[in-house]
Amino acid sequence: MIKEKKEALKGGEFLIRETDPNDIFTPEEFDEEQQMIAETCETFLQQEVLTRLDEIDSMQKGLMPSLIEKVGELGVLGVSIPEEYGGFNKNFVTSMLTAERLGAGYSFSVAVSAHAGIGTLPILYYGTEEQKSKYIPKLASGEYKGAYCLTEPGSGSDANSGKTKATLNADGSKYILNGQKMWITNGGFADVFTVFAKIDEDENLSAFIVDASSEGITLNPEEKKMGIKGSSTCQIFFNNVEVPVENLLGQRNEGFKIALNILNIGRIKLAGAVIGGAKGTLTEAIRYANERNQFGRPISKYGAIRQKIAKMSYKTFACESAVYRASQNIEDRIASFEVEGMSKSEAVLKGIEAYAIECAMLKVHGSEVLDYVADESVQIFGGMGYSAESSVERAYRDSRINRIFEGTNEINRMLTVDMMLKKAMKGTLDLMGPAQAVAGELMAIPDFGSAPESEFEKLHGYIKNFKKAILMIAGSAVQKLMMELAKEQEILMAVADMLIETYVAESVLLRVEKRTSLEGETEDNKLKLEMARAYIFDAGSTINQLGNEALISFAEGDELRMMTMGLKRFTKMDALNIKLVRRNIAQRMIDENKYVF
Amino acid sequence: MKILVAISKVPDSTSKISFKDNNTQFDEAGIQFIVNPYDEWYALVRALELKENLGGAVTTITVGEANADPVIRKALAIGADDAVRIDAEPVDALFTANQIASFARDKGYDLIMFGKETINYNGSQVGAMAAGLLDLPYVSNASSLEVSGSSARLERDIQGGSQVIDVDLPAVISASKGMAEQRIPNMKGIMSARKKKLEVVAPIEAPRHTEVLSYSLPEAKSEVKLIDPDNPTELIELLHKEAKVI
Ligand SMILES: Cc1cc2nc3c(=O)[nH]c(=O)nc-3n(C[C@H](O)[C@H](O)[C@H](O)COP(=O)(O)OP(=O)(O)OC[C@H]3O[C@@H](n4cnc5c(N)ncnc54)[C@H](O)[C@@H]3O)c2cc1C
Repeated sequence: MIKEKKEALKGGEFLIRETDPNDIFTPEEFDEEQQMIAETCETFLQQEVLTRLDEIDSMQKGLMPSLIEKVGELGVLGVSIPEEYGGFNKNFVTSMLTAERLGAGYSFSVAVSAHAGIGTLPILYYGTEEQKSKYIPKLASGEYKGAYCLTEPGSGSDANSGKTKATLNADGSKYILNGQKMWITNGGFADVFTVFAKIDEDENLSAFIVDASSEGITLNPEEKKMGIKGSSTCQIFFNNVEVPVENLLGQRNEGFKIALNILNIGRIKLAGAVIGGAKGTLTEAIRYANERNQFGRPISKYGAIRQKIAKMSYKTFACESAVYRASQNIEDRIASFEVEGMSKSEAVLKGIEAYAIECAMLKVHGSEVLDYVADESVQIFGGMGYSAESSVERAYRDSRINRIFEGTNEINRMLTVDMMLKKAMKGTLDLMGPAQAVAGELMAIPDFGSAPESEFEKLHGYIKNFKKAILMIAGSAVQKLMMELAKEQEILMAVADMLIETYVAESVLLRVEKRTSLEGETEDNKLKLEMARAYIFDAGSTINQLGNEALISFAEGDELRMMTMGLKRFTKMDALNIKLVRRNIAQRMIDENKYVF
Repeated sequence: MKILVAISKVPDSTSKISFKDNNTQFDEAGIQFIVNPYDEWYALVRALELKENLGGAVTTITVGEANADPVIRKALAIGADDAVRIDAEPVDALFTANQIASFARDKGYDLIMFGKETINYNGSQVGAMAAGLLDLPYVSNASSLEVSGSSARLERDIQGGSQVIDVDLPAVISASKGMAEQRIPNMKGIMSARKKKLEVVAPIEAPRHTEVLSYSLPEAKSEVKLIDPDNPTELIELLHKEAKVI
């Protein structure tokens, strides 16, 4: 059944190329060892974290660092760190799995992912041999805690505009660091900071490894936050802090590139983590719906509640499908770069950069799925959901940050479209050809083709059409607005969302198709197919609405009419009794009293 | 110390239980299996602690088919040195005890440890039967176990108090809550599990004296009917006609 892999899908290429279901990785394929690692993460959360959420959120002194140390003792922090630095050298997909399973731990999840991600990886991937051997083993074991200092009071989304300065001292042995950083996760207890600052009058940032115990570093008290109250977030002041020259990380002026590449990883890891959070919260909501009686019956018997359970379930399932699909693409690309002779670090960075579009899309989608799940779970809990004693109240507050950090969702949406268009300009992604073909198709008499032979073929047909809708709208917007398009952010947002919905819809369909071809039409696979159908149905409506909003904002007259007709055709789907589909999905979760996949 | 720990696979406690073959067989389809918690959290972990303090080796033994290998490797990941699987379906307690006793007989174990019961069938028989077959002393339900020289001191929780027992080694014991604390397998353990020896041994002929006739699930709780407090007639009517209690 499984064919040899064809040339892998490049980043962003999903828009113009179809994927063979056999070429994707699905979470059903985790091997025994990976499952054991996942179980270790889950058990750790259950025993050490979920039992102490109040203590964690009250910022009990020393608790969070000790939890990081404990999870470090289990080796989980070093899962993808090379063995020579005390890690276990597992592949990228495995590190995504640990991110997912640790993602259900509220504030702890943020602390641990900041430590193992942005707190550790800049040194791992850009450090010299000396820097790596000095810091990485201790970061991997949790003995040192890491933090990443990029944001400043005046420099958030515009990250390269920071004012923190580094100047070389007279004998050239030290940089003198001055400035202020803000919103630094783990700031209150980290031992090592990666600090971004400009050397002298440089236009671009450079990165420095700074020991937290250095003279001249002071912290403001912990920020009082809406959620993730147990995670440390501080302002940090650098006042004539001496940093040895050997602590410059990477090259001078390379800091912004480091920052962005680390953020690429952070984005897809965040998407993994929110899946863990969503699954946990969803199960809480299902259990409550089964227990709570009103009007003489459990509220899980009511359609209004079932609909919520179903939608939360298939959004989570679809997001997960997309996240692991992209993770495997990254994994494969890393491997092929290594075969070409790149060092491991370089291969990882380049591998992830190659899918920066997917990383940005999944960050947006994942954070919004978790927010949706948290919001509807509060609704299922009713008044209890508004009580600070319920788990979903915490989930609701804690979820919100994900749309803000690691690049706001607006910035990531713009990046998604911007990176696509840049690839097209550079010629690495041929969008022009397919866009022209769609434009031609608009003029021609519609080709209704032959009826699809299977449900999968039919659903793939829908996805193909969604792609045409995007190519039509984005192609025409680029042509019409040219350089002005960058200022038409509303259109960029719409195109980004259409891309995201299409990518995720295609991913969930490919997953179900692959499972079905391997295992047959089992009960599980039938239900998974229902989830794919429901997701695609919703995606089609969203794409239709966003497409119309975009079109009417820049086209007019005959052209507008023609494209509106085209959009209608490209988002046309057979009638689907979505109510029934959702009921079926919800029924299974309700029967098993949990989110089952 | 040479310690043998019996490990069995049981369904995860959140599993949806169903039966097949006319309700005579437990349906394993779609079930997530785990190591029986009494075997894992208490017996195995205490065995590992004893080994860490006194030296020696911990071997696990499982009567089961190849689908038990994942839970055996979990035990190896937690820290057992090696594992043995007797390649047979554990059809009943005596059959299983015979397999374990036959394997253990000439191996010179100082301690053979069981969980006090499995969380699926709750038989609490295999340990006692194995001890009988091996002609060794047996202490059940121990919540603490210390070894000094050639004897072990065990504490048992009994109704309203506890009992302390010294027993000569070699001995067979079964572990209950409190004997040790769960250990989460670490990355090192997980990665070494595949490299450790898992020996598959052919079963011996052993009699099967019992046969399961049927399984059934507990009756589903029926839906609650709410009756208006001002309407006692309806209540009486329902108690009479539906519940048939008056
Ligand atoms: C709890 C928490 C933890 C954090 N942890 C860290 C950390 O560890 N390290 C670190 O360096 N930073 C951290 N941050 C900072 C975080 O990354 C920034 O808050 C984020 O990048 C947004 O920057 P900002 O807050 O300055 O918002 P702004 O950039 O001021 O954005 C405000 C709004 O304007 C929008 N916007 C901005 N620019 C544009 C544009 N060009 N076009 C359209 N819309 C735009 C944004 O999307 C947003 O909606 C953390 C923040 C929080 C709240």
